[in-house]
Amino acid sequence: MNAVDVIQLDKAYGTVTALTALSFSVNRGELFGIIGPDGAGKTTLFRILTTLILPDRGKALVDGYDVVKDYKEIRKRVGYMPGRFSLYQDMTVEENLRFFATVFGTTIEENYTLIEDIYKQIEPFKTRKAGKLSGGMKQKLALSCALIHKPSVLFLDEPTTGVDPVSRKEFWAMLTRLKEQGITIVVSTPYMDEAVLCDRIALIRKGTFLDIETPGQIIDNFKETLWAVKADKMSSLLQDLRTLDGVKTCFSFGDVHHITVDDKRLTIVSLGDRLSRQGYREIEIKPIQATIEDCYMQMSQNAE
Amino acid sequence: MMENPVIHVEKLTKRFGSFTAVDNISFDVGKGEIFGFLGANGAGKTTAMRMLCGLSKPTGGTGTVAGFDINKESEQIKQNIGYMSQKFSLYEDLKVWENIRLFGGIYGLSDKEIAQKTDDLLKRLGFESERNTLVQSLPLGWKQKLAFSVSIFHEPRIVFLDEPTGGVDPVTRRQFWELIYQAADKGITVFVTTHYMDEAEYCNRVSIMVDGRIEALDSPSELKKRFEVGTMDEVFYLLARKAKRGE
Repeated sequence: MNAVDVIQLDKAYGTVTALTALSFSVNRGELFGIIGPDGAGKTTLFRILTTLILPDRGKALVDGYDVVKDYKEIRKRVGYMPGRFSLYQDMTVEENLRFFATVFGTTIEENYTLIEDIYKQIEPFKTRKAGKLSGGMKQKLALSCALIHKPSVLFLDEPTTGVDPVSRKEFWAMLTRLKEQGITIVVSTPYMDEAVLCDRIALIRKGTFLDIETPGQIIDNFKETLWAVKADKMSSLLQDLRTLDGVKTCFSFGDVHHITVDDKRLTIVSLGDRLSRQGYREIEIKPIQATIEDCYMQMSQNAE
Repeated sequence: MMENPVIHVEKLTKRFGSFTAVDNISFDVGKGEIFGFLGANGAGKTTAMRMLCGLSKPTGGTGTVAGFDINKESEQIKQNIGYMSQKFSLYEDLKVWENIRLFGGIYGLSDKEIAQKTDDLLKRLGFESERNTLVQSLPLGWKQKLAFSVSIFHEPRIVFLDEPTGGVDPVTRRQFWELIYQAADKGITVFVTTHYMDEAEYCNRVSIMVDGRIEALDSPSELKKRFEVGTMDEVFYLLARKAKRGE
């Protein structure tokens, strides 16, 4: 039995379509990432799978239970960390945790081992009101509360948006340890660099998945010739590359520009010559392997 | 010291009770510069930015923003800067043109100026067909581009951008940075915070705050050289993980 099965799911809000004929499955014990920007339909999908809203059409099963018929069973079995902080701001850290444990008919002590790793980092502040916590601590408390009833499937909606790079790394290390304990995790993120840490990722855009693969396969499926280009004037280089014959796409990637090229019309040597004739200095061009972000942008453009 | 800096602060400090959120920071930012203001959550970025925007009085230190004293002329600072954040940008229940009209009015532009600049702006962004659209029904990426354009509508000397690209898709994120470049080319200074380290590379200089202090301030290439690493992500990691204080 899969942890999640979604078959031809549709959801619209009035005239705005949120999900369109969405189908996929998540294996038991899998760390499954949903990667896509704001407004792509991620939150709608999470709300349907956690039985908070109803789909218009289609079927979804979580832990083998139907999200419409068996919502009470599902609620016992899933943990959910919504994108927006939704704990009780005027209750303390410990009161929040105890409250969630009690609602699910358990105690903090019973499942402490599961949350220990995360909770011990905020335990020194357990008498502080949740509303007074910093962003990183709120996130840890929310995760603890979502785990305290030992769910079999954990849904995390953009847990790292607005979180700094160091805390993001720590958070993902925690997810890996939870996965090792057999919990299925479905997590959404707008950060492409987090995608490589998932077993499989679904790239979502405009309410539908562009692709579901392992990160390695997604990168293997990228068939374009991709080069990284660098020179002295990066800002004008971006514009010049875009209008250059043989360059298909050009985007900035940190301190280089990534270009996809038609290799029948352009070689690294001929491009270097062209740029140097246009007055560029310190030109560096090298073939590179695509990142998930290259793949996402490529797929988004093909889907236009 | 830089000549005619747009931001000049010396020993800027903010304490809340016994907690020192911003601890003796000093730096200059020049005209037309894109300045990245980085730091982990809780490092003191927001507090520092609020002082620079005239929203919070420093406990200690001196400085000027856009030529006005941060201790004595906070009202003038507010009128002479642009500001945009992911959390606050535009009014969702107003139409595109109404938002532009509102902010233009707040910054004291005449009706005639607003009308003309609105046409220019919508044309430049390719938003002419969305003039009468409610902001809430625009995609996030469009909102962010519009919000940025509105924040520099009154042609301030400096614009403060607080995590402007959080949650935005990769293509839109890059288009947004092209707008930043255009603004900088026109001489507007851009002071920007971000958690995307590839965006740190797009800045002329970046500062990295740790526990209320500025631990490093230089161009991305110099910082990478100094820390002997290949990416800004690694520079950030090396500095920020030294943080001692809890968030």
